[in-house]
Amino acid sequence: MVDELLFFMEVLVGGLLAGTMYSLVALGFVLIFKASATFNFSQGAMVFFSVLAFCGFMQDFNIPFVLAFIMAALLMVVVGLCTERFVLRPLMNASEDTVLMATIGLGYVLEGLAQAAWGVEVRRLDLGIGDFPVPWIADNLKLFISALDITAGLVAAIMIIGLFLLFKYTKIGLGLRAVADDAGAASSIGIPLKHIMLLVWSAAGVVALVAGCMWGARAGVQFALVDLALKALPVLIIGGFSSIPGAIIGGLIIGAVEKVLEVYIGPFFGGAIEGWAPYVLAIFFLLYRPEGLFGEKIIRRV
Amino acid sequence: MMKPVFMTYTKKDLINLAVCMVLSVLVIPSFITTEYWYTSILIPWLCLALATIGQQIVMGYTGQLALGAAGFMAAGAFAMFNLILRVPDLGFVGSLIVSGLIAAAFGILFGLPSLKVRGIYLMVATLASQFFIIWMIDKFGWFKNYDSSGIITAQDIVILGKPFTTPLAMYFVCLAVTTVLTLLAMNMARGSTGRNWMAVRDMDIAAESMGVSLLRTKVQAFAISAFYCGVAGALFAFCYLKSLEPVAFDIKLSFKILFMCILGGLGTINGAFIGAAFILLFPVLLNAIGNNVFHGAIDATIISSIEQVIFGGLMIIFMIYEPLGMAKLWENIKQKWKTKFPTMNIKNLTSSIGKKS
Repeated sequence: MVDELLFFMEVLVGGLLAGTMYSLVALGFVLIFKASATFNFSQGAMVFFSVLAFCGFMQDFNIPFVLAFIMAALLMVVVGLCTERFVLRPLMNASEDTVLMATIGLGYVLEGLAQAAWGVEVRRLDLGIGDFPVPWIADNLKLFISALDITAGLVAAIMIIGLFLLFKYTKIGLGLRAVADDAGAASSIGIPLKHIMLLVWSAAGVVALVAGCMWGARAGVQFALVDLALKALPVLIIGGFSSIPGAIIGGLIIGAVEKVLEVYIGPFFGGAIEGWAPYVLAIFFLLYRPEGLFGEKIIRRV
Repeated sequence: MMKPVFMTYTKKDLINLAVCMVLSVLVIPSFITTEYWYTSILIPWLCLALATIGQQIVMGYTGQLALGAAGFMAAGAFAMFNLILRVPDLGFVGSLIVSGLIAAAFGILFGLPSLKVRGIYLMVATLASQFFIIWMIDKFGWFKNYDSSGIITAQDIVILGKPFTTPLAMYFVCLAVTTVLTLLAMNMARGSTGRNWMAVRDMDIAAESMGVSLLRTKVQAFAISAFYCGVAGALFAFCYLKSLEPVAFDIKLSFKILFMCILGGLGTINGAFIGAAFILLFPVLLNAIGNNVFHGAIDATIISSIEQVIFGGLMIIFMIYEPLGMAKLWENIKQKWKTKFPTMNIKNLTSSIGKKS
């Protein structure tokens, strides 16, 4: 009985921590949605692009770790700059579905560029953090929890606190919230819309890079990251598109539910139900609470 | 508006149909003799165009963002395989229709969230269908007749006792099915069904207050869309791939069909054919350039990455400058041509006036 409980705890904690990885991807999504009401479908591609560039800098040019990270972050700022100039500004007054489709195109461009520049083979990313159980926790609590999972959890926590402080207490954050509320009114009182967009897209790019590092260290830097990042979408639906805590809680729920289902129900159906379980969970949320747990109620004007 | 000559079709429609039929039935088979063109271009083009029409119905006409066409195609393909295997009396055409209906049942099931949500929310809900259907086929051995190799060979196509196994014969099978379903789709789009779809697309609340049932219209659109995708998937597996494996119908194919639909032109039937042709032919062209101009100096993976960049870039460009896609572009070219050479129009005008008086 105790063993079973321990096993359940282990599955649950493992799932929760793995869920923070989804949260990290979802976070970039929320940032952009909060500031521009744009569904950025290319967030997954940004994760792939940024971490592949990071690996490329490190492995092909032998640039040291920290410098390569800074360069990759700067590259993401450039991507944000180009996106703002060439995609968002011309589509300023387009409907949200049109912008969504344009970001699907943007995702394709980023995936293609990354593969053209850095190749298609799977790269290994070594962060110096092992993806194996921490001995101290295994000895004392009898739980096998990966060090990488704990790091991802910590990184997610730091980023959330940072973003929360930024949104709540800085002038930039105030501007961001104003733009999110009503872009037209915000720009008429002198908030530079261009700079805000650039800032948000760059921040989302850096968040994507961090998420990519975590995913890359676990699964290798490869194209499958884009598909994994798709799972951030159900996370967002559960947490609500416009809520940073929502992205975290959503990620935790998805991570925990998918792992628990996989371990306890999966074997009856031949496994691999984690491929679709998050989406079906999202459907149930859509039917009963379309705005998500923390989202603002969706109001459409007729 | 031109006067209808036959049922609700105008003279122009009938001429267009006749030209298409002559081209596809007489000209293409007599001029194209290489098998490559049939097996790698014409057959997949027809199949994917059919699936794109399915995507058009739900996305272009009804305005519901859906991303699960390949899942429904897989449902159709595997339904076809099982029907031919287990209910041989049904025949090829019967199996094709029933497999379309099975796909339609999935379409209804996964279209239900569209009653509550739209936009990207719906997209996520339809992603569930994509992943769930593929997983189901993969994990339950019954669907694959307990074949352990993973790839099943598709049965030969036999219609009324005659085998259709040569590329040309398969081309005709695809052509016949595509023609019938395209005409049907055009009719639906022009009739009250299509008007309801478009009313829901343009403003669902207004449509509802005018007495259009949202439940009926949306579920109908999803069902018909999935039917088209199911039939297209069955043809895709039996005429083009000649094998069945769930991996062939992964999310990448769904995205491909989405691109065909959007680049071709949302809300048009001919856009489906233009988009499918473009997405299929462009990589061929790019490879030819890579091989002949650069003599293989460029790696094949780089060429496919460049292709991806160009598709994505085109998507952005079209969204900015022409959200209605290539079909609208074609329309614009025709319009320009007409204003440049107005004589033809005047001739038509005078002849029609002459007829009236």
